[in-house]
Amino acid sequence: MSELLALIVAKYNFWLYIILMMIGLYAMIAKNNLMKKLVGMNIFQTAIILFYVSIGYKHGATLPIIQGDPGGHGAHDAVIHAADYINPVPHVLMLTAIVVSVATFGVAMALCVRVYRRYQTLEEDELRIRLSEK
Amino acid sequence: MLWSIDLIILTFVIFCAVAAITVKDLLGTAILFSAYSFLMCLLWAVMGAVDVAFTEASVGAGVSTVFLVAAVFRTSRRTKD
Amino acid sequence: MKALGLVIVCLTGGLLLYGTMDLPDWGDPASPASTHLSDYYIEYIMEQTQVPNLVTAVLADYRGYDTMFETAVVFCAGLACFLLLRDFRPRKDRYYRHIPTGVMLHVKNPETRIIPGNEFEHMDREWVPSDMIIKTVCRILIPFIQIYAMYVVAHGDFSPGGGFQGGVIFGSSLILMAISYNLKTLVKRVTEKFLSISAAVGVLIYVGLGVLAMVMGGHFLDYGMLAPLVPWDPGHIRALGMLGVEIGVGIAVMAVMVIIYVNIVSEGRHDEGL
Repeated sequence: MSELLALIVAKYNFWLYIILMMIGLYAMIAKNNLMKKLVGMNIFQTAIILFYVSIGYKHGATLPIIQGDPGGHGAHDAVIHAADYINPVPHVLMLTAIVVSVATFGVAMALCVRVYRRYQTLEEDELRIRLSEK
Repeated sequence: MLWSIDLIILTFVIFCAVAAITVKDLLGTAILFSAYSFLMCLLWAVMGAVDVAFTEASVGAGVSTVFLVAAVFRTSRRTKD
Repeated sequence: MKALGLVIVCLTGGLLLYGTMDLPDWGDPASPASTHLSDYYIEYIMEQTQVPNLVTAVLADYRGYDTMFETAVVFCAGLACFLLLRDFRPRKDRYYRHIPTGVMLHVKNPETRIIPGNEFEHMDREWVPSDMIIKTVCRILIPFIQIYAMYVVAHGDFSPGGGFQGGVIFGSSLILMAISYNLKTLVKRVTEKFLSISAAVGVLIYVGLGVLAMVMGGHFLDYGMLAPLVPWDPGHIRALGMLGVEIGVGIAVMAVMVIIYVNIVSEGRHDEGL
């Protein structure tokens, strides 16, 4: 029983991230409206970003900003221990991923507006009918 | 970090995600998606990823929502699902 | 379709849940992701770059080449929106309001020109009367948002923030201007030409700093080689190089966000919108 509890405490975050990912994937597959699909895509993206950021988390560590005198020229009295700071590498990768995600989201919205201007609908089944009519 | 805050915010995030994709009004989707992004930003701030949280607060909760609202303004607001 | 989708999603989720069994415990300091590369970064960044914010240092210096192309991706997104939506044909019908009487005019003939002035006011088709309270509050608020955006860019190496965030905040302040007044005010003050040029200039500043480092005899984006150009503060040359790069990123991101918004909200006509 205590083993199971330890497992849940160690892993429940990952399980919830996967549930979030499943919600996004379901929206991308099963939703009929193109904008709902895009929101699903963004949920999927944020779930993956959340997973990456959580990999960098360390128990008992602080923010990835070196404390102390920022004006010192290389001469630091205190030794910096890696275990005191959260891993910054996933943050860097995901920071750029977020900005690229908003850029792609903007292009996707532009495509949606373009599709609506031509076919007067954003519902996938109606779009199929309109396309087969042509 | 406090595990209870983490768990509460994660639960809210999942509720917001489900609500954002089930609501039948696309403007409602935009606002719920904004709330989702902001809760996600809180989650990252709790995890210590301050730069990522800052980016998400400005990008996800701000500009993404504005793009979504602008696109809804130019297309239709109602949807069947 | 929905049932099939649900089955696929559950299958994928089950596999991923099974996969979590092999992951290290959540928050484990000895996990593989936190033991090899990040230790080097955390221990030597202060010595090598003089920048306390590890994320900015890795983003703009160690992975500067990566970030350069991220900026290029954002620029390409703005370009794609422009090419997808921009429509140079003016609208055929216009709406005007006679200010003294409040009568609305619908002008269908594109040849008829009414010059907006004291008597006539140009109106959007989806016109929303802008509220005086919203206008006043936004007019007071926008300069502070812009100063905050510049602060975020300038302090990117000491505190959370940087070019991406500052650029997005600056862009959203301009978008707020479009929402609180109308789109015409924004397009008149921040012209399309200015936005396009500044999006390109932002990327150019980034690449230019890299090329400048090459000209000075170093590698591409090796800010340490720029030291002779800044004789008064050679110790912080890497921080200054990062600041220059962040300013470039900020300008590009700001311009691209406004370009995307204006094109979406006016369907590429840049005249009427939210």
